[in-house]
Amino acid sequence: MKKKKSEHIIEFLLFLSAFVTILTTVGIILVLTVEAYKFFKEVSIFEFLTSTEWTPLFTKKNFGILPLLTGTLLTSFIAIAFALPLGLTIAIYLSEYTPKKFRDYIKPSLELLAAVPTVVYGFFALVVVTPFLQRLIPGMSGFNSLSAGIVMGIMIIPIISSLSEDALRAVPYSLREASYGMGSTRLQTAFRVTLPAASSGVVVSVILAISRAIGETMIVAIAAGQQPRFTFNPLVPIETLTAYIVQVSLGDVPRNSLEYRTIFAAGITLFVFTFILNNISHYIKTKYREKYE
Amino acid sequence: MKKREIIPIILAIVLLSACGGHQSAKKEVLTGKISIDGSSTVYPITEAVAEEFRVDFPEVDITIGISGTGGGFKKFGRGETDISDASRPIKQSEIDLCTENNIHYIDLTVAYDGLAVLINPKNDWVDHFKLEELKKLWEPDAQGKILKWSQIRPEWPDEEIHLYGPGVASGTYDYFTEAVVGEAGSSRGDFTASEDDNVLVQGIATDKYGLGFFGLAYYEENQDKLKLVAVDGGDGPVLPNLETVSNGTYQPLSRPLFIYLNSVAGKRKEVQEFIRFYLENAPQLSKEVGYVPLEDDKYQLEKDKLEKFIKGLE
Repeated sequence: MKKKKSEHIIEFLLFLSAFVTILTTVGIILVLTVEAYKFFKEVSIFEFLTSTEWTPLFTKKNFGILPLLTGTLLTSFIAIAFALPLGLTIAIYLSEYTPKKFRDYIKPSLELLAAVPTVVYGFFALVVVTPFLQRLIPGMSGFNSLSAGIVMGIMIIPIISSLSEDALRAVPYSLREASYGMGSTRLQTAFRVTLPAASSGVVVSVILAISRAIGETMIVAIAAGQQPRFTFNPLVPIETLTAYIVQVSLGDVPRNSLEYRTIFAAGITLFVFTFILNNISHYIKTKYREKYE
Repeated sequence: MKKREIIPIILAIVLLSACGGHQSAKKEVLTGKISIDGSSTVYPITEAVAEEFRVDFPEVDITIGISGTGGGFKKFGRGETDISDASRPIKQSEIDLCTENNIHYIDLTVAYDGLAVLINPKNDWVDHFKLEELKKLWEPDAQGKILKWSQIRPEWPDEEIHLYGPGVASGTYDYFTEAVVGEAGSSRGDFTASEDDNVLVQGIATDKYGLGFFGLAYYEENQDKLKLVAVDGGDGPVLPNLETVSNGTYQPLSRPLFIYLNSVAGKRKEVQEFIRFYLENAPQLSKEVGYVPLEDDKYQLEKDKLEKFIKGLE
C-alpha cells in the first residue's frame, strides 16, 4: 500500500510535467490566434497574402507578408541546397564505407556542429563567409541571403547526415548482400539499393532540416539584413519572418497597436509552415516505417 | 615611552581632521529638487550629466521628462520646470507665454546634433547629394519606386540602391525625416531599419551600392570604413565636420541643442551648481551620447554668460 501511494505521487508528477508542456503549446497557439485574429480584423487577409510590400512601421503602410515569406523561403532553400548533397554524401560515406571505429569518432564530431550557438554562426556568416563571397562576387551586399543560407546549411548538415545515416544503417544487411551477390559495386549498392530503401528516413531528415531552417532566427537576423524585399536575388539584403519578429520586438512599438500585432501575424505564418512540415514528416515516418522488417 | 606614543596619535588626529576639513570644503552637501523637461533629443546629454552629478551630490533629486521641445516650453512658460531641454530656439509664442507669467530665463547652447549621410568607400560616383535628391530618395512616395542609383542622377550607375537608416523609434530618424522630407516620422519603408548603429555601419561598409545616415559622432569612430557625403542644402555642397556643424554651414542636417534656465530657479544653489557642472562636462558627455561638442572657447562663452546671469540675479 505504502509503495502504491508513492507510485501515485510519482505518476502524478510525471503527468504534471507532460501537462505543463502541452499547456504551454496550447497557450502559445491561443495567444497567436487571438492576436492574429485582431490583426486580420484591421487588415484584409487578401492584402496580407498578395501585396508585395511590408512596411507596417512607416508612413505608407503595406501589410504584404510575401517579402518576409520569400526571405524565409530563399534562405531556407539555399541552406537545403547546400546541406542536402553534403549531408547525404556524409551519411552514405559513414554508413556504407567507414569502419565502425572511425565512425564512432566522426559522427559525434559532426554533431558538434549542431552544438555551436547560432549567434556564433551568424557572426561567422557576417565577418568570414560574406567577405569571402564578396571577393568572388563583386557588388554583393554585406547583408545577403546567400551567405546566411550557406552558413545555415552548415548548421543543418548534422541533422541530415545523422538522421539519414541512422536510416541507411537500419536497412537490413540482407538487401546489401543480395545486391553484392548480383555483382553490384559498393557505390551501385549504396545509391540503387540502400538509399531508395531508406528514402522515408532520409526525407524525414530533410523535412526536419527545412523546419529548422525556416525557424532559424539569429543567423538571418545578423547576416541576411533587415529589409523586407520581394525578391529571389540571393545577393541583396532581405528580411525573414523570424528576423522581423526580432526587429520589432526589440524596438519600442506600443503594445496593442496594429504595429505590435504584425509580430503575431508573422508568427502565425511561421507557425503554420513549421506545423505543416512537422506533420508531413510525422506522416511519412509512421506510414513508411518498418517496410523491410 | 608615553611621549613616543602620543606623537603619532596627535599626528594621526591632525592628519585625519585635515582630511575631513578638506573634504567638506570641496563638497558641501546640497539638497533640493531640480525639475527638467523638454526635448527627447537633448535628454541623453541631460540624463548623462545628471547621472554624474548624482555621484557628487546624491541629496539632489533631479527629474527629467521628455515632453518634447514644445511640450517642455509650455511647462517652462508656466513656471512648472526649472530647466527646459530644447532642440530649437524658443519661439515667439513661447516667449510671450513666459512674459505673461513673468518668467525670465537664459538660453545656453550645450552641443550640436549633426547627421551624416554615408556611402561605401568603393562608391566613386557620388561627390555630393542635393537636399532635393535626398528628399526624392527618402520620401514616402519613393517606396517601391526609386530603386536605382540612376533614378537619382542619370549618370549614376544603373544598379540597385540599398538604403540603411535608424529605426522609427529613434530621434535621429525623426530629425532626418523632418529636415529632409519635411515631416518628422515620414519616410519610405523599404530600407534596412535598425536601432543598432553597428548594423548600419556594417551594412554600408560592406555594400558598394549602399547609402545610409546616422549621427555624425558615430561616423568619427568608423571613418576608415565609410565615406562621408557632402550635402547641398542650397548654398553648395558642404561636408559635415566639427567646423561646418558648429558654424551652421552644414544645413539642414545639423542643429544646436539648448537648455533654458528659469531665473527664479537660477537663484538656488543646487541649480547653479548643476548648470555649472553641465557646461563643465558637456564636451565629454555630449560626445559619449553621440553628439558633437561645441568648440572649447564657445563653452567658455556659455560659462561666462551663465556667471553673468547668476550675478545679475543677486
